[in-house]
Amino acid sequence: MSSFDLQVNGRRHRVETDADTPLLYVLRNELQLNGAKFGCGLGQCGACTVMLDGAPVMSCIVPVSVVGARPVRTVEALGTADRPGVLQQAFIDEQAAQCGYCIAGMIVRAQALLDRHPAPTDEQIRSHMMPNLCRCGTHMRILRAVRRAADALAKRPQGGRT
Amino acid sequence: MNAPLPNGRRRRLLLAGGSLTLAFAMHPAWPQGAGGTGKGKEGGLPGSLEKEPWLDAWIRIGADNAVTVFTGKAELGQGIKTALLQVAAEELQVHPGRIRLVTADTARTPNEGYTAGSHSMQDSGTALRHAAAQVRFILAGMAAARFGVADTALVLRDGVFAAPDGRRASYGELLAGRQLHLRADGKAPLRARAAHTVSGKPLHRVDIPAKVSGGSAYVQDLRLPGMVHARVVRPPSQAAQLAAVDTASVARLPGVLKVVRDGRYLAVIADGEYRAVKAAMALANAARWTVPAALPGTRDVPAEVRARPAEAMPILERGVLRQDGRSVGATYTRPWQLHASIGPSCALAQLVDGQYTVWTHSQGVYPLRAALAELLGVDKERIRCIHVEGSGCYGHNAADDVAADAALLARSYPGRPVRVQWMREEEHAWEPLGPAMLVDVRATLGSDGRIADWEYAVTSPSHNNRPGKAGNLLAATHLAQPFTPPPGKPIPQPEGGGDRNAIPYYALPNARVVHRFQQDAPLRTSALRSLGAYCNVFAIESFMDELALAAHADPVAFRLRHLDDPRAVAVVKLAADKFGWNAYRAGARRGRGFAFARYKNLAAYCAVALEVEVARETGFVRILRAVAAVDCGEIVNPDGVRNQIEGGIIQSASWTLLEQVRFDERHVQTVDWASYPILRFNQVPGRLEVHLIDRPGEPYLGTGEASQGPAAAALANAVAQAAGVRVRDLPLDRARMRAAK
Repeated sequence: MSSFDLQVNGRRHRVETDADTPLLYVLRNELQLNGAKFGCGLGQCGACTVMLDGAPVMSCIVPVSVVGARPVRTVEALGTADRPGVLQQAFIDEQAAQCGYCIAGMIVRAQALLDRHPAPTDEQIRSHMMPNLCRCGTHMRILRAVRRAADALAKRPQGGRT
Repeated sequence: MNAPLPNGRRRRLLLAGGSLTLAFAMHPAWPQGAGGTGKGKEGGLPGSLEKEPWLDAWIRIGADNAVTVFTGKAELGQGIKTALLQVAAEELQVHPGRIRLVTADTARTPNEGYTAGSHSMQDSGTALRHAAAQVRFILAGMAAARFGVADTALVLRDGVFAAPDGRRASYGELLAGRQLHLRADGKAPLRARAAHTVSGKPLHRVDIPAKVSGGSAYVQDLRLPGMVHARVVRPPSQAAQLAAVDTASVARLPGVLKVVRDGRYLAVIADGEYRAVKAAMALANAARWTVPAALPGTRDVPAEVRARPAEAMPILERGVLRQDGRSVGATYTRPWQLHASIGPSCALAQLVDGQYTVWTHSQGVYPLRAALAELLGVDKERIRCIHVEGSGCYGHNAADDVAADAALLARSYPGRPVRVQWMREEEHAWEPLGPAMLVDVRATLGSDGRIADWEYAVTSPSHNNRPGKAGNLLAATHLAQPFTPPPGKPIPQPEGGGDRNAIPYYALPNARVVHRFQQDAPLRTSALRSLGAYCNVFAIESFMDELALAAHADPVAFRLRHLDDPRAVAVVKLAADKFGWNAYRAGARRGRGFAFARYKNLAAYCAVALEVEVARETGFVRILRAVAAVDCGEIVNPDGVRNQIEGGIIQSASWTLLEQVRFDERHVQTVDWASYPILRFNQVPGRLEVHLIDRPGEPYLGTGEASQGPAAAALANAVAQAAGVRVRDLPLDRARMRAAK
């Protein structure tokens, strides 16, 4: 067991765990965050996507020991069921889920895009979302939801940020 | 909300304990209201009321006016919770947000068998609709009696009756904590479709807000007090035997609470999840196996399917074969395929004082309970199975197997909740497969441009090895005292298994259809969304295009020439019109395809038209646009239907363009997303439209499996036109499209 200080969703957490434990297991079990999901443990499907220092990463293959002081953001940081963030609201408006197991990872990956490119083209959205898998075939709605969120953000006075 | 109330006779209600029992028959011959009447059998009760007729098994109303509705069906990501809430809310005239819905739970809900076969709206939706209508009707009678007015004078809003003089009584006040323990009769008038305020209207899914925000939404998210984590170490193959294993070294690893060995069933239980993962890897390394060459391999799936023994069962013999004309024949195949849920299967179980509780994403909590009772050697009353949503399953995946793991490990580690999560490699290698299938079809084109005769044989192993028996559970076959899987069995017509949709929906005066059923398969097979319909519709609708080509006929016109059901004609025409079929001109490398089927020949109608571009150098198939038209009877949630059809088309495109399980003589080789790729964002359609035909008053037909077959065939037909070559063996992946001549 080792001790790690993590910055997750703007809060500092001290966790005691084995150094080789992937960040995903720490988020889910130690911090009790449901958003990031176990899908493959191989970095192939994106169900576990979180932002590490603003970049989308597959948390199932990131050992907790390499996270260091870099901030971690999960879907929980973007809003709640009662007060969803812009992107979450867009997913609700487009009803962009079937089983929904992939959706938290999809939202986090899309957020990373919108943070850097507030006005992405449709091709940029498709290309950016490539690493994440959906099995229910909700892809068209996911693309529409990201488009809708980008358009909503563009209408804001400051543009961009959620 | 308000509802006109029907005339009713005065009724005498006897109070019996906490429930109300009616003293005499409730209804004269009520005229049936509009919509979803769904009478299954002559004289039978509608939907699942036939199996569970007590009203209070479906609907309970608290003294505080809280409404709870029960269903034996489970949310699988198909949106059934929302649609069932709409049905109940409509007939009860209660705001859907005020209704609590309890889904499949052996301690609480009706036994509605499996959530499968696109049956949930037909079975549970129809039952709830009639139960809710009857509850409303009885309560209206009680309110009318209380106020001394005719029930037609009452106004009902959100579960509260108001008399003309302003007096009010809610459902809860009328029942005062008692429940309507009455037998359903299926005769209460249903609300007229024109008056609907909830059913048939768009309603956002109730489960999505939690899913987009990290709420607890899945069995994977359950964290019970004292929970421990387990992982199973599977044999390298089903035929492998355990030569030796050193469990002692694994038992000493940090956090390991127990190492389980029972025959060739190996597992670890640990105090932390990743510790369980690491201990399982160590246990796998500490085991030595002998792995016989027991599999046929997948180098030539069509030949392997054809070579396996099969029992020929005629399912259609009509008219006379060998008519005059031009004979055309073809063979189509489908490989072994996976459900491949994004989240591997997961379950929790706990054994306390001889009572098991199992939290499971099984499609059938009652059949699972029976299988677990046999596996554990206990009475089924000692097991409670509670459905908790998992990742989408698309049929019989490993949900039941992991529940068996959890139950076995809870038995070996009593008291604490044991959480078992399958790893990705386990799910890919061990879930029951969608069976490899082969279709031989031959037809004669008459001089009138019509199909003069039709001969069709589909070869397939079982699509139904769901539990019910312990031997259907993977772990049970690995124990020291193993359970043997029961022999695979065909599902009888009209629904069929491998022969689902093997009988064309077209008017064919002379036709013979044979189901060649294979008792044995090299790997475990079971229900994958749409079962045999995927392959049969792919084959029939590909062949219809080949016949149309031979007849120099337009593929849509050729289909219409052979359709006599006006609802079928309507979806075919709608899809063709919305696609712009008649005005279409193919660009370079491009082609269009069309297909139609009525799922199971008795459920939803679906036609798909789409356009593709095929790069022959790379073999890459791009779907430019897809248009679907659907008739699923009376629609409850239009967006829910669209979501299911869209998802079915994209999932079917993934199967059709990419997917095949591979194994050699010893091992399954497709054990992750690299070796078993599925469709990604770069290959989903450029545009996808779904057009609905609502049929108020017609029975609910279900939508979960309507589009898979038509999507596959439309894609194959479009690819054939674009590439100038017909590929009859699935998948139409890059290697095959590059090699096609």
